Amino acid sequence: MKRIYMDANATTPVLPEVLEAMRPWFLESFGNASSIHQPGQRARAAVEQARAHVAKLLGCRPAEVVFTSGGTESDNAALFGMVHAGEHLITTAIEHHAVLHVAEKLRERGAEVTFLPVSREGVVSPEDVRRALQPNTKLISVMYANNETGAIQPAVEIGKIAREAGVRFHTDAVQAAGKLPLNVEALGVDLLSISGHKMHAPQGVGILYVRKGLQLEPMMFGGSHERQRRAGTENVPGIVGLGKAAEMALENLNSGGVARLARLRDRLERGILAAVGGAGVHSGGVARTANTSNMYFDFLEGEALVIALDLRGLATSGGSACMSGATDPSHVLLAMGVTPRHARASIRFSLSKLSTDEDVDAALEIVPAAVARLRELAPVNAGTLG
Amino acid sequence: MTFNNIVAVAMSGGVDSSTVAAMLRGEGYELIGLTLQLWNQRRLAGHEGMPEQVQGRCCSIDDVYDARRVAEAIGIPYYLVNEQERFEADVVRPFVSEYLAGRTPIPCSLCNNHLKFDQLLLRARQFGADRIATGHYARNEYDPERGRWILKRPADRSKDQTYFLFGLTQEQLSRTLFPLGGYTKPEVRELAAQHSLALATKPDSQEICFIPGGDYKQFIDAYLDEQGEAMPDTSGEMVTANGEVMGRHAGIHNFTVGQRKGLGVNSTNPLYVLRIDSAAHRVVVGGGDELATRKFRARDLNWIAIPELTGEIRAEVKIRHRHEPAAAVIRAAGADEVEIEFDVPQRAVTPGQSAVFYDGDEVVGGGWIS
Repeated sequence: MKRIYMDANATTPVLPEVLEAMRPWFLESFGNASSIHQPGQRARAAVEQARAHVAKLLGCRPAEVVFTSGGTESDNAALFGMVHAGEHLITTAIEHHAVLHVAEKLRERGAEVTFLPVSREGVVSPEDVRRALQPNTKLISVMYANNETGAIQPAVEIGKIAREAGVRFHTDAVQAAGKLPLNVEALGVDLLSISGHKMHAPQGVGILYVRKGLQLEPMMFGGSHERQRRAGTENVPGIVGLGKAAEMALENLNSGGVARLARLRDRLERGILAAVGGAGVHSGGVARTANTSNMYFDFLEGEALVIALDLRGLATSGGSACMSGATDPSHVLLAMGVTPRHARASIRFSLSKLSTDEDVDAALEIVPAAVARLRELAPVNAGTLG
Repeated sequence: MTFNNIVAVAMSGGVDSSTVAAMLRGEGYELIGLTLQLWNQRRLAGHEGMPEQVQGRCCSIDDVYDARRVAEAIGIPYYLVNEQERFEADVVRPFVSEYLAGRTPIPCSLCNNHLKFDQLLLRARQFGADRIATGHYARNEYDPERGRWILKRPADRSKDQTYFLFGLTQEQLSRTLFPLGGYTKPEVRELAAQHSLALATKPDSQEICFIPGGDYKQFIDAYLDEQGEAMPDTSGEMVTANGEVMGRHAGIHNFTVGQRKGLGVNSTNPLYVLRIDSAAHRVVVGGGDELATRKFRARDLNWIAIPELTGEIRAEVKIRHRHEPAAAVIRAAGADEVEIEFDVPQRAVTPGQSAVFYDGDEVVGGGWIS
């Protein structure tokens, strides 16, 4: 069976060029980037070269790039490093758990936290951000693009509000990287998180952009790596891979790759809607990342559809990969005012630059057939769904 | 009806269901491994009387990993299917309500009727499998003469699970494989070892899966606490059959028919719970000789070997999991109800348990003791 992968928001494959760039750093060019000897010096040079590629993608100084173990660590480092007991954090109800659960932990530890609501289309209002400001507000953390719906948040406006108020601004850009331009000056961010494996670098490496001069209390202590902002021996092969992936992402952004993704995604969406009744698109009316489509299908359960599709060779997701096995419907969809039943009837298709027209053609065969089979044998409570 | 070659195996992460998957894999079926996620053991941790750390086997991450490893090892797709809401509504809630009403429920039968052979089969069919296979010790076969699917006791009588399977419909029986029905447990462990399943020596699970340690009173306290519901006050008198008051008790859910320990009354002869009068909150106690019952009724029946009961039949009747079936007459007695009369009175006929009727190895049918 040919396998089709439409779960790029969960993870993406490492590109061959990325793997090639990494390969020597596992083998003949191994070395600790902190060592004095020549293998160490070469590793240091490779790390700094990667840092320069990332800085170019973000439009920042290389010194402002901190390598981490991934998006979750970057989010944790940003929030825990900035917000303390008695201080105020503004965030949203639709953040990834790597932000939401940190915010809840900060509240337990005596910080104040405001979780802003979103519109029915899953977008936070900049005016709500402004109204939530308090004298003790220390940080605003709003994701750039939502992982489940793809809905793009008004980061530029929020960045302006933050600057006017003298408050720091963090954005979780994990799902934006490679799909949206990420210029830290244009966005007006002080902190920005990226995960390598969502943009064709390996799992286990990420970035936290930290604006020059920002006092960020580190989470990890040990050696003086990453300008004392993140202790621990650098993951040299991973960092080299991330540098290569950043370089390629920038090329792709500059050569129409996003428009191509959007065309594929739109064809997939239109094709499914034409073939299947009782279906619709979440956040369909607002700007979204070009690769993401979160769809609901009346009278079935998303979890069952994901399994049925997988058995037919199509990999999708019931929402966030971190949620699988959980009983609760998506907190993102619930925050948008979607009913729990409808939220459970939703699945996410997310494409990558490796997706093809043939993949979409195959999905347009598979999805309607699987939905029909599930509905034909729907549980007795199908009539009360919706 | 001919079925396709695709079979969904209900995998718990235990030896039995893992062996089923390995056996069927070798027989050329196309398999899908499914595990029902039924309950979250950590849910009640810290609630009324429940320790902060709950050690339980039910649906634990470890079991799911075990099942996933087996599926990976034998090369079949595997999925976790979340049925926690249905399990709570169809098994846990009724379990608690039954105890609070002075009856002694059997959650395994409810789970089989509502989850394993209903929801799981439905899911399997949605995923393209016409049939499911489970690790139950039971046998089923089609009898063309009677035109019915028959449920039979397994080769290993000590592992017989037919008592919990009496509710299966003809449709469900026709779509189910019980590959372990012809094997003994030691043989199954041997098969598991032959298939190189790392869990061949994993211990059997015995208790009610969602109540680790088996303390159902603690579970009910914690569940009601979590739900924000007060424990209904069903305290009352403990009396003899003659109405003599022996003392008081703290609530009828603490008792089950035949119970001897924890009655809290002093007596020269051992006393047993004879019955529970839920309306009057009264627990009736007496000597062991008073515990025997000749006649009782069962309802909400399911017939397997026969289409329905008209008149009366003779059968061996089993009234709890560890009871040796005893000869009886079963008579139709109104809508969906029968009267059962034992040749020799049997101890502790307990409302809430099921009565399952056997003809030798065959399960004729069964119902719930009223």
